[in-house]
Amino acid sequence: MQNQLSKILEEAKERLASAVSVDDTEEIRVRMLGKKGQMTEVLRSMKDMAPEDRKTFGQEANQVRAQIESMLRDKMEEMRAKAQNMKFEAERIDVTEPGRKTALGSKHPITITIDEISKIFMSMGFSIAEGPEVETVFYNFDALNAGPNHPARDMTDTFYITEDTLLRTQTSPVQARTLEKTNPPIRVISPGRCFRCDTPDATHSPMFHQVEGLVVDEGITMADLKGVLDKFAKQMFGADARTKFRPHHFPFTEPSAEMDVSCFKCGGKGCKVCKGSGWIEILGCGMVHPSVLEVGDVDTEKYTGFAFGMGVERIAMLKYEIDDIRLLYENDMRFIGQFK
Amino acid sequence: MLVSLEWLKDYTDIKVSETEFADAMVMSGSNLETVEKVGEGIENVVVGRIEKIEQHPDADKLVVCQINIGNREAAGRDEETGLLQIVTGATNVYEGAVVPVCLHNSRIPGPLHGQPKVEGGVKITKGKLRGVASYGMLCGPQELGLDDKVAPYISKDGIWLLNDEFEPGADLTEALGLEDTVIDFEITPNRPDCLAMIGMAREAAATFETELRYPETECENETENAADYISVDVQSDLCRRYTARIAKDIVIKQSPWWLQKRLIRAGMRPINNIVDITNFVMMEYGQPMHAFDISTLAGNRVVVKTAKAGDTFTTLDGTQRELEEGMLMICDAEKAAAVAGVMGGLDSEIRDDTTTIVIEAANFNGDSIRQTSKKLGLRTEASARFEKGIDPNLCEKAADRMCRLIELTGSGKVVAGSVDVYPVPYESTPVHARVSRINKVLGIDVDREYMVKVLENLEMAVEGEGDDLYVTAPTVRQDIAIEEDIIEEIGRIYGFDMLPVTQPKGDTQAEKPFTWQMRDLARNAMTGMGLTEIQTYSFVSPSGVDNCRIAEDSWERSFVRIINPLGDETSVMRTLLTPNMLEVLSRNFTRNIPCVKAFEIGNTFMADPFDDKALPQESHSLSIGAYGGDEDFYSVKGYVTEVLDLMGISHYEFVAESDYGTYHPGRCARIVAKVPVKRIPALEGLKQLVEEENGPEDTAGKIFYDEVEIGIMGEIHPDVAKKYQLKTRVYTAEIMFDTLCEISNTKKVYVPLPKFPSTSRDIALLVDESTEAGTIEKVIVSAADSDILKNVALFDVYRGKQVEAGKKSVAFTLTYQDSEKTLTDEDVAPVHERVLDALKEKLGAVLREM
Repeated sequence: MQNQLSKILEEAKERLASAVSVDDTEEIRVRMLGKKGQMTEVLRSMKDMAPEDRKTFGQEANQVRAQIESMLRDKMEEMRAKAQNMKFEAERIDVTEPGRKTALGSKHPITITIDEISKIFMSMGFSIAEGPEVETVFYNFDALNAGPNHPARDMTDTFYITEDTLLRTQTSPVQARTLEKTNPPIRVISPGRCFRCDTPDATHSPMFHQVEGLVVDEGITMADLKGVLDKFAKQMFGADARTKFRPHHFPFTEPSAEMDVSCFKCGGKGCKVCKGSGWIEILGCGMVHPSVLEVGDVDTEKYTGFAFGMGVERIAMLKYEIDDIRLLYENDMRFIGQFK
Repeated sequence: MLVSLEWLKDYTDIKVSETEFADAMVMSGSNLETVEKVGEGIENVVVGRIEKIEQHPDADKLVVCQINIGNREAAGRDEETGLLQIVTGATNVYEGAVVPVCLHNSRIPGPLHGQPKVEGGVKITKGKLRGVASYGMLCGPQELGLDDKVAPYISKDGIWLLNDEFEPGADLTEALGLEDTVIDFEITPNRPDCLAMIGMAREAAATFETELRYPETECENETENAADYISVDVQSDLCRRYTARIAKDIVIKQSPWWLQKRLIRAGMRPINNIVDITNFVMMEYGQPMHAFDISTLAGNRVVVKTAKAGDTFTTLDGTQRELEEGMLMICDAEKAAAVAGVMGGLDSEIRDDTTTIVIEAANFNGDSIRQTSKKLGLRTEASARFEKGIDPNLCEKAADRMCRLIELTGSGKVVAGSVDVYPVPYESTPVHARVSRINKVLGIDVDREYMVKVLENLEMAVEGEGDDLYVTAPTVRQDIAIEEDIIEEIGRIYGFDMLPVTQPKGDTQAEKPFTWQMRDLARNAMTGMGLTEIQTYSFVSPSGVDNCRIAEDSWERSFVRIINPLGDETSVMRTLLTPNMLEVLSRNFTRNIPCVKAFEIGNTFMADPFDDKALPQESHSLSIGAYGGDEDFYSVKGYVTEVLDLMGISHYEFVAESDYGTYHPGRCARIVAKVPVKRIPALEGLKQLVEEENGPEDTAGKIFYDEVEIGIMGEIHPDVAKKYQLKTRVYTAEIMFDTLCEISNTKKVYVPLPKFPSTSRDIALLVDESTEAGTIEKVIVSAADSDILKNVALFDVYRGKQVEAGKKSVAFTLTYQDSEKTLTDEDVAPVHERVLDALKEKLGAVLREM
């Protein structure tokens, strides 16, 4: 009987040595240890043995069985690993082939620029206010201290719907509307579309976008205006950006200024973008004219304020180095796709 | 405003470099466009006098000149005569003319006559012209770098004829003082006083704290009395002041070079002494001047009055012009002599034989001049200045200055006195400002003494004491009216760059309008699904709705129209975004872009049908457009439903529409949202009505829905696609975005996850081709009438071999689930049976084997 056990063990060893797959190994398991396997058969024959022989033999048989099981486990593991490696090999792909895209679409560069500007001002406590694109002459001109003969009122400059309504030429009318319905403290920006009678060319568009801002509170100074706009410039154009405020004139502010930002292309050394000056004109600003504040019945002794306005197209064009404003409204997918 | 630094130095000292000067002027409020060095690039060019001119032996169009160049050494100069031979083709030369002479190896900026401009200039050498030696070249003003527009009148088409004031042989650049710096200042509309050399000098003096010097206005010799020559009758209050002076024994000639040079720098062409002096005084003071030949003025009278409709008048440019009622005219006893403040008349122009002139310095109403100039389509240097507003106190000084210049240049004799009609003299009103307020607004702390000094440097008189400043500005400064104007003056001279940089102290909460947030959300969703955002003009062509086959009487044609559009294609405000979308798709299609998925969120405009004076209704629309790739009706429907889901519109329907002209009649749907009535305040009443009708017990706990149409979508009709040159199937949708915002529900509330498993049943139905999937779904839901039916999902539609013609097989998965227990077959069976029965009964659907 012992002989038989060692034969089984030998056979198992032999067979396992020549097995080359998971299936081979499984077959060996069934043959050696299965219900009808050799080991089972040998064990079954034990019933005819003397009890003491049976015990010894049983121990030996169990040892052999355990040995075979362990060998089978190792072989199985080896074969599984081998099979998996073969599968991996068979499944090898060319990782340099292009990826399958669910391409994101892109927002329009004007939207991106407005979002960026809005985010910066919102971080400084500015709310967003909107107004109609078709405005009254009152809000677009009268309320903003533009004299009755101001040239901007001409039909050659402004699109009219009726004698009293027009396509707003600036988003500043939102300032007047805000002043009418809100009490200080006020901090708003108004992004939106504006219209002027300009024939389209590389630098002009009859429709364009502005972001205007208004701050009214007790004790607002021109130094605050510089502070807020300088902070904006640094966030918009980089921490190194420097600002310069030059006196200027607008009907709705007094004193008025224009803000230049050090050229973000050359850092102020002078290049094509800044036309050699090192500075780029970015926005107009000033302390709100008392006539404008009076539209909202604001006590001009108690409250002061500042306002500013910038052209979105101008900023987008400078930032992305777009050389023709018409590209923005042609909506060629190859153009917009560049701003993803 | 072109400012020659050499000329500016006549009125104030400039002790800093050009760059420092320009920078400081910018920071004190005079922004500039350009700084240009002029008169450079001329080498080895001298003054010469033509002594002799002979015809070229072999060329009809050339002459041979012998030129006196003094003692100047030059190649080719004749040792015996000392003259230099130069051949020229110019026709305006004469013996005795003083001209610029380019010697052998000289350099001039060019361009040479009739040739393009060359960078770095042109070198001139000796040579032979048709066999005759020429040791250099005579040149014209343009060849020496002057712009064609400013080349002196008598020299503009030939050689530059200089005055006798220059010695032959002198270096041209030195003798003429050609080198200068010209700064082009940008003058803002509130500062017309700076459209004058004296105005700019006042700014420079205040900026650099230097002295301002006014020009000479006193004549040395005056005789007789102007009033004996002319009378002035002002009949219209559009003329605030009319000052007339007389000069006689006029000699018309070239102006002296210093005067010509200043005009050239200012961008004006020297013409003759009288015209030049008129322009010079205008540039100096900002006061437009005019001169009439007195012999042309009937009755020796000047009458200022308005024209009558239908009058005609010939201006000095030779054009006969129709006048309108109310245009202000300068007339004599019988007829018009000038359009006041705009342009003189042809008949009263100064001529070579003019002997006595009337010098006019007048002040006309700016608005009146503006309208006249606009109506006549005639804008002149003078009219532009009147429009912007001129100090009437300038008239007398300017007239006196003109007389002094006539005397100084030997152009004539000045008659004493003036005829000055000035009924209401203009004086500045003192402006009250406070030291404390100025400091408060600027955010600085400077003392009264400093402020007074700044204002006085700007020629303002300051009175008052302590905190109070009573400031009287010179009358040229008509922009100084309120305290803020004084704040600006102090601020700009103090320097905006010197103000501190601070943050406002208050605290405010940043908010965005709700629809702004929704637009953000929709844009993010759209780009996430791969759609690209476009932005198109708010104004469109009215033909867009025709191209889109929009019905004649529909609301999409209630346009808001622009009175003065740039053209028909931008003449109305858009009522829809789809026509713009199609244009963009078309543009991309014709540029061979194979697949486009695009969207726009923008305003649409609807005229108020009841009140044409009211502002139109503006509302946002969301437009989607796609062609190419895998795009079809259902992909676009997918984009739409994703947005609806995002905005919390849980119940909606796509209803087939066959009558909307833009779309394929078989591939178009109206999008209808079902909105719980309670979410629409306006429909609260409706809910009550339903409750009353059905009794409270029936309606309790149930939600009533109202249908709200929110948009339309479909495949573009082939006829429409053709209009847009789109030779492919195109799909678009247009959603009323603001309506969507109104009914949106973005509030998120957590629903517990199911604890018990779901079970699903797949059914395949054979139905008529015309039976809509939506209808089947509705039948299923209503027949089940049970909370355990959680989901009905279409997963297959089949037409083909196993299905008879006119029928289709539609397959759904029905998902059953209970939140309280695991469903058994016994729980599901009765509900599922009800569904199958109803499908058979209501739609004649035959259950197919799965």
